[in-house]
Amino acid sequence: MTALILTALGTALVNNVVLSQFLGLCPFLGVSKKTNTAAGMGAAVIFVIMISSTVTYGIYYKILVPLDLEYLQTIVFILVIAALVQLVEMILKKYIPPLYKALGVYLPLITTNCAVLGVAISNIDNGYNFATSLASAFGTAFGFLIAIVILAGIREKSEGNDIPKPFRGTPMTLIASGLMAIAFTGFTGLI
Amino acid sequence: MNSCLKQLYNGIIKENPTFVLILGMCPTLAVTSSLFNGAGMGLSTMVVLVMSNLVISLLRKIIPNGVRVPAFIVIVASFVTILQFLLQAYLPALNDALGIYIPLIVVNCIILGRAESFASKNPVLPSIFDGLGMGLGFTLALSILGAFREIIGAGTVLGINIPGWDGITIFVMAPGAFFVLAALVATQNYIRLSAGKKPRKTCADGCSGCSGCDTSINNDKVKEEK
Repeated sequence: MTALILTALGTALVNNVVLSQFLGLCPFLGVSKKTNTAAGMGAAVIFVIMISSTVTYGIYYKILVPLDLEYLQTIVFILVIAALVQLVEMILKKYIPPLYKALGVYLPLITTNCAVLGVAISNIDNGYNFATSLASAFGTAFGFLIAIVILAGIREKSEGNDIPKPFRGTPMTLIASGLMAIAFTGFTGLI
Repeated sequence: MNSCLKQLYNGIIKENPTFVLILGMCPTLAVTSSLFNGAGMGLSTMVVLVMSNLVISLLRKIIPNGVRVPAFIVIVASFVTILQFLLQAYLPALNDALGIYIPLIVVNCIILGRAESFASKNPVLPSIFDGLGMGLGFTLALSILGAFREIIGAGTVLGINIPGWDGITIFVMAPGAFFVLAALVATQNYIRLSAGKKPRKTCADGCSGCSGCDTSINNDKVKEEK
């Protein structure tokens, strides 16, 4: 149990998915204008990453390994994730409309979020067992949620600031992310 | 032949994917900690881009419109898998340095963006040159960024020490990548503003500003939802 918590903490804070591995940058920069939409995006990412890690883990060890087809990993994973997101969207729309209303807008944007594919592949590369895979998937997604909500907070606060014209928008957001990345290096000694 | 050269010029200078369009930021930030890694990533992406443009252009009349994106993804993923095996066999050092970012070439916006906006609409030869131009432009940009971060951050060029300069370590670490890209986008904005143009929309202006991204297809869906 302690090992699982350490894995989750490590992937959430020490090797933060956005700030130290640069995965999922597009939604991180794109959907971080307001705190509540950022939180919605973060929640949707947790949801999709947990489901896709479970499914890709099962497919890899129950189908690809017994058939000696490990080399199809990349192709199978990306297709499974793309199909899965569509499926989740349809299921939510039909059966859990409130959750769909909250997450729906963000789901299509997640299909090509490299963090989702990244977690699936790195779980396999590291040879994690099922429980550790889930812990690392949750940690990664939670790390994304933390990072995007903090960035959205910073962007809301700095909205009215008098920033030199060329630095407005993307450059300032990137500098804020860089400063957050420096702060997150402080977690290095945690584990 | 002239139009092919135009495609090359377009990819390397006029619509450089990194410096002008600001696309494919994940690999741009992640692997430019040294010149070797940056150039390696650029060349790997170029190989996949040229091959996928070639095949998609050949199949452009066969692939039904409704399933074109999954079809493109399968084609791109196949070439990424082939590339991964070639690197493992012949360039293990580069393979170890780039690690997980090699399979992630599949979700690079530049590749699916070019498939969607160019290769699926144009004949084979221009598509190959488009892939070559975009790939070279990406390689050039990653090499420049990699060299810049290596010189400033580690005080080396391709691993050889520069005498009398120790480097500012933060620039080879993750935060440095954000700062370098911020400076790059700010420079581009400055040039555009001085020329009286508006700054180019990038990812941070909302996902709908992401022009070359495969999420542009998803963007339509998002707009419908709203």
